[in-house]
Amino acid sequence: MTRAHAVAATRIGLLLAGFLALEALCRAGIIGKLVMIPPTAMVAEMTALLASGEITGDIVRTFTTIAIAFAGAVALGFVAGAALHAAPRLRRAVDPLLAAYYAVPGFIFYPLLVALFGLNVLPLIAIGLLFAAPAMVIATLLGLDRVPPVLRKCARVHRLGRAETVLHVVLPAAMPALFNGIRLAFAYAFIGVIAGEFILSGGGLGYAIGYAYESFEATRMYGLLLFVLMMAVVLNGALYVWETRLLRRRTRA
Amino acid sequence: MPDAGQGAAHATLSGVVRRYPGNPPVHALGPLDLALRRGEFFSVVGPSGCGKSTLLDVLAGLSAPTEGSASFEGAPLRGQVPDGIGVVFQEDASFPWLTVADNVAFGLRRAGADAAEIARRVAYALDFMGLKDFAHAYPAQLSGGMRQRVCIARTLVLRPRLILLDEPFGALDQQTRLLMGDELLRLWRETDATVLLITHALDEAAMLSDRVGVMSARPGRFIDTVETGWPRERDSRIVSEAAFGAITARLWSCLRGESLKALGREAP
Ligand SMILES: Nc1ncnc2c1ncn2[C@@H]1O[C@H](COP(=O)(O)OP(=O)(O)O)[C@@H](O)[C@H]1O
Ligand SMILES: [Mg+2]
Repeated sequence: MTRAHAVAATRIGLLLAGFLALEALCRAGIIGKLVMIPPTAMVAEMTALLASGEITGDIVRTFTTIAIAFAGAVALGFVAGAALHAAPRLRRAVDPLLAAYYAVPGFIFYPLLVALFGLNVLPLIAIGLLFAAPAMVIATLLGLDRVPPVLRKCARVHRLGRAETVLHVVLPAAMPALFNGIRLAFAYAFIGVIAGEFILSGGGLGYAIGYAYESFEATRMYGLLLFVLMMAVVLNGALYVWETRLLRRRTRA
Repeated sequence: MPDAGQGAAHATLSGVVRRYPGNPPVHALGPLDLALRRGEFFSVVGPSGCGKSTLLDVLAGLSAPTEGSASFEGAPLRGQVPDGIGVVFQEDASFPWLTVADNVAFGLRRAGADAAEIARRVAYALDFMGLKDFAHAYPAQLSGGMRQRVCIARTLVLRPRLILLDEPFGALDQQTRLLMGDELLRLWRETDATVLLITHALDEAAMLSDRVGVMSARPGRFIDTVETGWPRERDSRIVSEAAFGAITARLWSCLRGESLKALGREAP
């Protein structure tokens, strides 16, 4: 526990050092005002933006979109992964495509999605989902592959039916890999939606950042950036804590 | 198919052959026959890779024989594990996501036993296997030998009439193995179950069993069956008896050549 605390302290220390270094560089004018504002100014701007309520609509819009894309990716990815696992021949055909998936800059298809769905949240949900679902598919396949055969045999000795076997043996055994998929899917959905908004949309945090950038509102842009960054860290952290809570006992040697 | 003699047997294999499909297919087992008497303690010894685990799979109904047939309590096995058979596998089969107590309760819960009954039987099984103090531990916190005991407890709590154990003490040191053997004898006497134990330890087989089947190198067949003639009340102290030495010696003389074959050498 003390070692974990030491690690956490080091991490916070590093962040703080970076924060202070940036602050010093900005204040000293080594980093120009138009390039970056001091971190304390970012915090102040972010607080002001949140307090004023003027970005509340963007926040709600962005996180609703992310939530939908994320939930859809986890559900679809899991179902597709399970189906592929059950159909080895199809899987052999699809495996190389899955492996190459993240090597392709998927965002080049984003304008196509906009053309398809119109300039609303649908193409954003689609890009988030397309970005996130394959991670869940891969994690699901990996998780199901790694269920030790002896546990499946055990289920048969206990005379479990198909559904019972899945529910009480296969899913719990695959859970660590599934959690990994869930965490990745969240990260990808987040990136996909924010980036999509940034490239082309009519609202949301990504759009607000892009807009501030194009209108030379550096302070506003950095306030928004800091907020997005913090949300990414906090939400990922929450997922991580949830995961370790649930899996801690079964992995501690 | 089974004649009068086999009808009295608790579980039988007749003319069983098992080949694993592949290119080329692996002829893992047989042809062999086996008739387990109700309530006996039968051990199987044989060189590694000779098909012992395959035999267990067929006898449990986990895999269908390529040729021949298997039956349990007079009914043929058809690719399904019948009620009344418990299996402890060679590999660790404890569920890492459940506590020791929940592992042991697993079968009873799935079978829909009521909570008080589950609690009572789980407590008894934990006590019996010396796991009482670890009821709330997770398998990851236990040694390999203790995890295997969890699996034994999970099996015995269901009161199977035929218990199949595949090298359950493989990972343990000699002293602990002898003591676990005593536990197993206690379990066997207490439950009146028929026990089939697969082991690579000849002394273990000689000490625990009513009969020991000796298997040839792959494809495994029985080349000898040794009756030990031990009384039902027995424990690890019989290792100091003269008869124990004689039985172990006979098992070894049968196996020596086969073990050399399994190593790819000629018997001198
Ligand atoms: N699923 C399988 N597919 C192909 N070959 C197998 C399979 N399981 C076991 N074998 C082979 O069958 C033979 C017998 O295996 P096994 O029954 O596990 O032997 P033992 O338990 O006596 O060590 C071995 O040569 C092994 O490699
Ligand atoms: Mg084996």
